[in-house]
Amino acid sequence: MSDKNTFMLDGVAIAFNAGDTVMDAALRAGAYIPHLCHNPEFTPHGSCRVCLVDINGRRRSACTQPALPGLNVDNSSDDIVAERRSLLQMLFVEGNHVCPGCEKSGACQLQAVAYHAGMLSPRFTHFFPQRAVDASHPDTAIDFNRCILCELCVRASNEVDNKQVFTISGRGIGSHLVINSPSGKLGDSDFAATDKAAHVCPVGAILPKHSGYDQPIGERLYDKQPVSIVGDVAAHENDAQGDDHDR
Amino acid sequence: MGAAHRAQRTNLLQYLCQIQHQLNCIPAAAISQLAGALEISAAEVRGVIEFYAFLHEQPRGQFDILFSDNITDQMLGSRNLLAQLCKRLDTEPGIPRDDLRVTIDTTSCTGICEQGPALLVNGRVVSRLDNSRIEQIADLIESAVDVTEWPQAFFLVEDNIHRRDQLLSKQTAGLTPDGSALRALLEHGATTLLETIETSGLQGRGGAGFDTGKKWRFSKQAEADCRYVVCNADEGEPGTFKDRVLLNSYADSVFEGMTLCAGIIGAQHGYLYLRGEYRYLLESLQQVLQRRRDNQLLGRNILGKQGFDFDIDIHLGAGAYICGEESSLIESMEGKRGIPRKRPPFPATHGYLNKPTVINNVETFMAAAKIAALGADWFRSSGTADSPGTKLLSISGDCKRPGIYEYPFGVTIRQILDDCGAENTQAVQIAGAAGTTLPISESDRCIAFEDVATAGSFMVFNNDRDLFEMVQNFTHFFAHESCGLCTPCRVGGELLKDLVDKLVNGHATHHDIGEIETIGALMQDASHCGLGSTAPNPILDLLKHFPQLVEKKLAHSNYEPAFDLDAALQEARDITGRDDAGAHIESRS
Repeated sequence: MSDKNTFMLDGVAIAFNAGDTVMDAALRAGAYIPHLCHNPEFTPHGSCRVCLVDINGRRRSACTQPALPGLNVDNSSDDIVAERRSLLQMLFVEGNHVCPGCEKSGACQLQAVAYHAGMLSPRFTHFFPQRAVDASHPDTAIDFNRCILCELCVRASNEVDNKQVFTISGRGIGSHLVINSPSGKLGDSDFAATDKAAHVCPVGAILPKHSGYDQPIGERLYDKQPVSIVGDVAAHENDAQGDDHDR
Repeated sequence: MGAAHRAQRTNLLQYLCQIQHQLNCIPAAAISQLAGALEISAAEVRGVIEFYAFLHEQPRGQFDILFSDNITDQMLGSRNLLAQLCKRLDTEPGIPRDDLRVTIDTTSCTGICEQGPALLVNGRVVSRLDNSRIEQIADLIESAVDVTEWPQAFFLVEDNIHRRDQLLSKQTAGLTPDGSALRALLEHGATTLLETIETSGLQGRGGAGFDTGKKWRFSKQAEADCRYVVCNADEGEPGTFKDRVLLNSYADSVFEGMTLCAGIIGAQHGYLYLRGEYRYLLESLQQVLQRRRDNQLLGRNILGKQGFDFDIDIHLGAGAYICGEESSLIESMEGKRGIPRKRPPFPATHGYLNKPTVINNVETFMAAAKIAALGADWFRSSGTADSPGTKLLSISGDCKRPGIYEYPFGVTIRQILDDCGAENTQAVQIAGAAGTTLPISESDRCIAFEDVATAGSFMVFNNDRDLFEMVQNFTHFFAHESCGLCTPCRVGGELLKDLVDKLVNGHATHHDIGEIETIGALMQDASHCGLGSTAPNPILDLLKHFPQLVEKKLAHSNYEPAFDLDAALQEARDITGRDDAGAHIESRS
């Protein structure tokens, strides 16, 4: 490994290939940088900012920062973790995230990353937005209360399914996920439960119907090991229920 | 389809602006028609409509009235005038009247600050509002008199230039409209002219101050089969209006600068991105473009030079401050939601349609044209070593002679305040809402890239003004204008807005100040673009420079709830029709 193709991540040398972002190289090396809107299968988005790192004195999102020789990347100092925690707290108060009653609890990446960042309370004033649930589709329900606007479903539907089922409308705090169908309902769209877009949501916003709470609390994806070891929830979508997550 | 299809998709915002302008809304039928013709989803079309404040799916009625809501408008009484008009027309802000005659609403700064308060009626500017003008407007609306038949005096927008220097002096003003810069280009060649621009040290006048020659060279050197020149006339920074004046009276020089740039970098197409608020300038700008075509200063074989082909189209914005950010501007030009792109790559190499694109401010292009005609030394004879040339300032607020002032860089704030007739000044807000609040004690500081940088906004506040109102206005402005992409700006901006409201209302504690500082620092550090990273500046500057004012505003307790228990009962009171003592809780004294 030549110095030309490495950067330092928390004091550890990380090799990278031409065209890599800091996130790409870290993921390949098995080093964990917390993230929500990033999924290596899709175009980087840089919107949740949870992968905030310090690079040579400036804050950058690791998922959009090109890897360059000699970068000094701080991913875990107290300052970085504190800022990351604040960002997560913002996401928690923006929507309606009721972990104790959520089907996704224990297998939710937002919750897992928040634990990883040491978040103990939502801290900020809740917005309590009023958002309707869309249960119009026979196989899949959408609970907009939990949407964190990561646009992974938007990207999956555009880039893999070629269906353009989802898009973002509004702006600012009024930004919201919308469905491309005459009625605006999922049941009225081209969406199918087999779509890639049905299997990328990091939270419990896009959920399969006809099953629920199959897996007991305590045995869920992030219950035994932290997100830094388990990785993205989307990478475990095909796991049989109850399997150990060892890949 | 290929290029033809792409060209149509890029025009989506322009189609929508046209429909909105003609019908005062964008009906569902038009949305499905557009979606079908452009082969995109109806949801995508709606996503664009919902992004831009001037586009509406629901009818706004025959008269769509938007009061400019900048702090300078407010200081001139705009809020009372809005209330007066609402009362006269028996309607509420933001809600179309039942008979769809009128909607009265507010909008971000319309750039008429020195002759405000101002409003837009169906896209046309009405300046110098006062009680009698509001009464007249109410009568015209009730009588359904078409806006084209309103008194012409309503629509008068003056230049108000009070100080001219290098750029606006009568001696040089006549030089570039006639093609002097382009003749210099043909005489000396692109290589020499680019060196002249570089030697001049011209920096971008939009605020960031990037080296103009360097930007042009990046685009020229980038491998590409075509290149673009874009003039950023999305003058949205609150308190700025100098581009309005340049486009009104010096458009020739601006277009000459764009053509010069095209000749240097090898571009065939240019665009002027005109903010929707300045739509009233569209016709005169089109006329200038046509005259330049007729005079061989635009079009094919410019000035008879074989192969020197360049033309300019005008793209309209539709009420989105973020589109002044250059990568958002490009997204908007491509007909999309104005979400800032990830950078790198930068527009100079990957801009409009992913081609090398030079984007400069209106004033920058004008200065470049002058430099080409008069030389780098002429330009450097003004300003400081690090900030050559002059700067146009848009001065508004508490002073006797608000308007446009052109100064060499290095001028002190004190000098400016003296010249514009400001008295008992408490503070100045320089570079707009995103800029810096300076107390009068710092008036020895200079306007220059190395000291106080600015795109030109200069708002004056005297000792009678409540600076909290200014901070509240700007903080609300940023929350309203956030594109919503990244968490710190989208959520942080909203949290900050609520905390600033709490502070202004006298309910904030020391704990809240700590939260404001934490959220502000996070927004500065972690936001995706400049909007989010500058949005906390007004409140953070207030905390820094005016701690005694802040201390006086604080509630004495260490903790106050974020909501007002008594206010929360208002809905119940409205339903029951009660307002007696028993229907109130004394939650706050």
